[in-house]
Amino acid sequence: MKNLLAARLTWPVVALAALLLLNFVLQPNFFSIRVQDGHLYGSLIDIVRNGAPTVLVALGMTLVIATRGLDLSVGSIVAIAGAVACSILASSGSEANVPVVIVAVAAALAAALVLGAWNGFLVAVVGIPPIVATLILMTAGRGLALLITQGQIVTVSSAAYRVIGAGFALGLPVSILIAAVIYAAAALLTRKTALGMLIDAVGVNPIASRIAGVPVKGINWSVYAFSGLCAGVAGLMISSNVTAADSNSAGLWIELDAILAVVIGGTPVGGGRFSLSGTLVGAFIIQTLTATAYTAGIAPGVMLVLKAIVVAAVCVMQAPRVRSRAQRRVPSRPRAGVRS
Amino acid sequence: MSRRRLIGAAIAACATILLAGCQAGHGGSPGTSHLVVGFAQVGAESSWRTANTKDIESAFQHAGITLRFSDAEQQQANQIAAIRSYIQQRVSVIAFSPVVESGWDTVLQEAKAAGIPVILTDRAISTDDPSLYVTRLGSDFTKEGEKAGVWAKKEFAAASSVKVLEIEGTTGSAPAIGRTKGFEKEIGDDSKFSIVDSQDGGFTRAGGEQVMEAQLKAHPDVDLVYAQNDDMALGAIQAIEGAGERPGKQIKVISVDATHDGMEALAQGKINFIVECNPLLGDELVKLVKKVTAGKSVPRRIEPPERTFTQEQAIAALPTRKY
Repeated sequence: MKNLLAARLTWPVVALAALLLLNFVLQPNFFSIRVQDGHLYGSLIDIVRNGAPTVLVALGMTLVIATRGLDLSVGSIVAIAGAVACSILASSGSEANVPVVIVAVAAALAAALVLGAWNGFLVAVVGIPPIVATLILMTAGRGLALLITQGQIVTVSSAAYRVIGAGFALGLPVSILIAAVIYAAAALLTRKTALGMLIDAVGVNPIASRIAGVPVKGINWSVYAFSGLCAGVAGLMISSNVTAADSNSAGLWIELDAILAVVIGGTPVGGGRFSLSGTLVGAFIIQTLTATAYTAGIAPGVMLVLKAIVVAAVCVMQAPRVRSRAQRRVPSRPRAGVRS
Repeated sequence: MSRRRLIGAAIAACATILLAGCQAGHGGSPGTSHLVVGFAQVGAESSWRTANTKDIESAFQHAGITLRFSDAEQQQANQIAAIRSYIQQRVSVIAFSPVVESGWDTVLQEAKAAGIPVILTDRAISTDDPSLYVTRLGSDFTKEGEKAGVWAKKEFAAASSVKVLEIEGTTGSAPAIGRTKGFEKEIGDDSKFSIVDSQDGGFTRAGGEQVMEAQLKAHPDVDLVYAQNDDMALGAIQAIEGAGERPGKQIKVISVDATHDGMEALAQGKINFIVECNPLLGDELVKLVKKVTAGKSVPRRIEPPERTFTQEQAIAALPTRKY
């Protein structure tokens, strides 16, 4: 019990469970999942599917924040990726063609990677503070996306492109599978190799890390490039789901949702430590909140207040002081060496 | 100095009136080649808006009237700057589609002092001084809602109870308020209609889809979806198809706008009925400019011709639609 209360993930998981329970009370068939046209169908599947872009963006954000950084430009990269893919498809004249779709997707991801690397360059090489460096692209990026689409909402009707955001494979939405694969790859790379430790080290003390021989510039550069790539994939999902590139509203405020997901998940904003599983739970808390608003019929304006209350509650619960107090209150069997 | 400027403005105003009177006196068809119209557009945020811009540009070109066009990129400051520059250029008429409702009094006072008549297109402004603009050319959103309600009543004449889901536009925006008011007023007197829920879909496809997804779980027995624009209707259709139901058959869909994508969905029978919101204001605006500069009086409020579309009408209209 003591360890459970102290564990970093406990409160986010409790919050998520409470939210799901609230939905169950509001709508008794909330947990029911049935097979519809050969794939799974239900509220939970909707939440995971609609949450997939946020999960991806938050995943990239976790690693950036772990190095004491911040990436504000992800929302703009989401818009640019969609704009690039849809513009190529629309101007190709043969958008149903699978090779054309592959080219469009590859171009969008390449653009996202380049933009992420640009952020990395500004932070790692030029030495601009991350919040300022990524603010540049946050501001300019949406304009860039509008330039690409010439200020229009570019609509495509390619069935192959639609698979990314709205298709199904193995009975599950493709977007969930894509997010799961990228998440697993990131988890393996950071936990089974020394990469995770190196990222932590950069976050704890970049100067000491450099002196100790950690390739600080390279790490910084790669986390921003990875964050850009994640945002690019998220952008493809969002635009593919509605088969259109809406440069004005695609990915709007997603950077804030992602930062929230990271913080709720227990990764400190000061860097030096990160939790990918925490971020996953955090992203689903945010998506479940959104779904609750639609189910319960709460006006979007009011919903922002509720969102803030939940986030504040989880953050307070996670604060080191609160956690150590909770630990002390629980009557415990005498055991040696549990003080953290 | 300020007095001198005031006198100058007064002279300019008198001159404009005299000039206008002069033209009216000639009768017949006054020449329009000397006219210059400044048009300050909101931006290029939607296909509706781009169709609106294109139509206005081509209408003026066709009429042989010089059009000075500016795009405010959704910012009031840009639009005010554009209007100021039109005043300095002494254009004959200023037309603009206001980004927001309030904050126009100062710049429109300047236009008034310079004797330049102002025409509002599409959107309205809120002001205590009605003399600041001559007329407003644009749709009546409440009437659009009413048309949707009338069709719903006719379509479900034989039904005993109808469960309606409303997917509203951005909360607080003029089209959302009007389209909700008109629709609810129209079906309000028929007790068999019950609105199971009314949710904000933000005028976007993603918004329409997520609202519909959640509502299908809460109210799987909904009979009619009223989406306040085509984008949200297209999103809702996607969610309905995801649930294994057929949009337009088990669940009927009404929409507003009649954009190209919406009309195609209507032609395929996925949407059942669309109320048009007409962006083609060009010809009417040219007519207004000619009348105003000729000193003729115009009504304070002009609505563009707008119709409604059923599936057959959409199939017939699609090949020649301009947007």
